[in-house]
Amino acid sequence: MDEVVLRKSYDVEAGDFESAGDASAGIKATLKRLGVPTGIVRRVAIAAYESEINLIIHSMGGSLTLTVDGESVCLVSDDRGPGIASIEKALQAGWSTAPDSVRSLGFGAGMGLPNMKKNADEFQIDSTVNVGTHIVMRFHLS
Amino acid sequence: MNVAELIEKTGYTLMNPAVPLTREVTGGCCCDLLSWVMASGQEGQAWVTVQTHMNVIAVASLHEMACVILPEGNTMEEAVLERATEEEIAVLGCSETGYAICCRLHDLGI
Ligand SMILES: Nc1ncnc2c1ncn2[C@@H]1O[C@H](COP(=O)(O)OP(=O)(O)OP(=O)(O)O)[C@@H](O)[C@H]1O
Ligand SMILES: [Mg+2]
Repeated sequence: MDEVVLRKSYDVEAGDFESAGDASAGIKATLKRLGVPTGIVRRVAIAAYESEINLIIHSMGGSLTLTVDGESVCLVSDDRGPGIASIEKALQAGWSTAPDSVRSLGFGAGMGLPNMKKNADEFQIDSTVNVGTHIVMRFHLS
Repeated sequence: MNVAELIEKTGYTLMNPAVPLTREVTGGCCCDLLSWVMASGQEGQAWVTVQTHMNVIAVASLHEMACVILPEGNTMEEAVLERATEEEIAVLGCSETGYAICCRLHDLGI
């Protein structure tokens, strides 16, 4: 395993729509600064944004952690609950439990997780109801 | 065509005048579902939407879109416009419908 070049963690609070996008913007800027190829920066930024919004809308709060080493960019989303009862359903495009209050803002298309999975080279999701959700996304640098 | 030329040709109102207008407009997108736009958006697009909150700017900025166009007299709050300026996303407003805006963009060769 290559040496870690960078590790950065962002706390994401439940319901904090005003700051939504700040963590992903920070992640995008960091990767650009490191000289990561634009296509990869773009895919990581999309996955980071969807993770961040999910933490804000669906979780009780959590964090997004970016790790970069010589081989890959890794993005980890961790939260404190409520967990996902059916991961299979959650991964289906169009499936959403978003409340009407956020649907009227344009969230809740049920596209976030499918979009994260599509953009990452490796995608792993584990969730335990009443405990939390843990998502690992890896993007190969070559 | 860049954003400055688009404004000149359409007469749309620039809502954040301090923003640079040099980005090329290379396509269009008309959608109000943010994660849909997150999935399908492209660099250089003019994004027509009735959503006016902070996340519109976050999505437009992540895709490095050219501008956001608000139909039918919609406006954005000052804080959102300030963010748009920081992110170099021009926000345009007009009285036309989303459909009419897309027709205009098409007629202009976008
Ligand atoms: N961190 C999380 N904690 C708990 N539930 C989650 C979490 N992330 C996603 N979910 C559940 O999975 C569903 C699907 O998520 P996904 O991101 O695909 O769609 P969405 O957030 O509902 O809508 P969109 O992302 O299109 O705005 C959510 O509606 C929610 O029920
Ligand atoms: Mg989502």
